[in-house]
Order: sequence, then structure tokens, then C-alpha cells
Amino acid sequence: MDLATLIFWIIAFVLVGSALVVVIQRNIVHSALALILVFAMASGIYLLLNAEFIAIVQILIYAGAVAVLILFALMLTRTSNIQVNSNPNGKLWWLALPICTLVAVGIIFATTVSPYATTATTNLVGYGDKAACALPPNNVAYIGELLYSPTCYSYVLPFEIASVVLLVAIMGAIVIGRED
Amino acid sequence: MGLTLNHFLVLGALLFCIGLYGALAKRNAIAVLMGIEIMLNAVNITMVGFSFFNHVKPYSTFLTGQIFAIFIITVAAAEAAVALAMIIAIYRRRSTVDVGEIDMMKW
Repeated sequence: MDLATLIFWIIAFVLVGSALVVVIQRNIVHSALALILVFAMASGIYLLLNAEFIAIVQILIYAGAVAVLILFALMLTRTSNIQVNSNPNGKLWWLALPICTLVAVGIIFATTVSPYATTATTNLVGYGDKAACALPPNNVAYIGELLYSPTCYSYVLPFEIASVVLLVAIMGAIVIGRED
Repeated sequence: MGLTLNHFLVLGALLFCIGLYGALAKRNAIAVLMGIEIMLNAVNITMVGFSFFNHVKPYSTFLTGQIFAIFIITVAAAEAAVALAMIIAIYRRRSTVDVGEIDMMKW
């Protein structure tokens, strides 16, 4: 077993374990703290997959911004018994258990042992290497080139649409959340 | 044996279903939101895994999986902001975040 596989198994165990803590824990502040661990471990998975930019963004946005947002929302919506049972199960939680197990079994079957599982792929015809520019030196520069480049193939239009989505969401959050 | 695509797909599937359980079974609206965040993270892991093990020419050149993951992160951040604003607004009027008690639109 090489080093990458060992690191993958360690990260995967911590990731699944802390995700289970998020779901099982009765005190919701503890599950919010376990959620931060889930985000941090997911960024470790991205580092294993040579996606440095997404790993950094994961730390910045999820472990930073979203976690602080969730903790602030917990603080502003204080329930009386936060220590004992602030994260209760619904009436039909036993029904959710087999549903989730079935979905998990279905996805794992479809991706690993079914005859339609992903296999080795071949090159498609059409626009190939020539549409892209010379490869930038690292992942961050590559993604920057792909998102912004005015001359090569790039995702400029989806990027701009995403910025409009963010603007609308921020304005909507302010309008919804303000005092009357 | 080294890492294969299946490692990451199975990890993503497990995380997705844990998040699905959190989103289905919890009464606290913020816990439901946490489950949804875990599900989005699972999808991101799957996307980046496909991007790493992908050798189909146009898609591997343009890092389609990683770009997709970036857009998922963007939309997830927007979704978290709007959802938490809604939860706080509901809490201000009703003094509860229990999704079983927020049934004004039920008939």
C-alpha cells in the first residue's frame, strides 16, 4: 500500500466518521463543529486529487465562511434545551434510514459492479488539444486561465452568470433577513 | 494496489447518503441545511475524482470536473446564505426552527 492510499484511507475514515457525528450528535453545536471537520477533510481529499485550487477554496468558503454562517445562525436561533436535545430526529426518522441505505447501495452498485460502470475511455473526436493554450505551470494558474482567458477556450460566460447568481443571493438574503 | 476512481466514488456515495439521512430525518432546520452541505460536498468529491481520472481529451484539457465543482461551491455558498436568512426570519416571527411546526402553507 503506497503513501497516497494510506492517506486516503485515514482521511476517508475521519471524513465518514465526522459526517456520522454531524448526523447522530444530539447537541447541534457539536454537530456544527463536526461539520467543520468534514469540510477540512474534504479539502484533504481534493489535495490528493491534485486539485489545489479547490482545496484552498474549500477551506476558505466552507470551513471559513459557511461554518461561521451556520454558527451565527445557531446563535441567533437559540432553543431552550441546547445541551440536551437541540438536534432531534423527526417522527419518521426510521423511514429515512432504509431509504438512505437503499440509495447508498444503489449508487455503489451502479458505480462499481454493474455492467454500466465507468470504464476506460477513449479520445473523442472534435475539438481537442488545439483549442486550449499552452499548459500553465500549476493547477491554480490553469484554472485561472480557464476561467478568465479572453483568447483561449474559457468559461467566462458561466463565470459571469455565477457572479450574477451570487449578487442576487446576497441581495435576497439581506431583503429576507432584515427587520421589518 | 493504488487509488482508483472507485475509491472516490464509493466515498462520495457514502457521504451523500449520510447527508441525505441528515436532511430527511432531522427536525432542526439548520441541521437539515448541514445535511445538504454534506451532500454537496460529496458531489464535489465525485466531480473532482472524475476530473483526476479522466483522460477523454476535451474534458481533461478543460478540467471540466474541477470547474463544475467550483460552480457547485459558488451556488452552495449562495444557497447557505439565503437559507440561513430565511431560517432567521422565520425564527423571528414564530420563535421556532422546527421544520415540523413550520406548516403555514400546508392545507
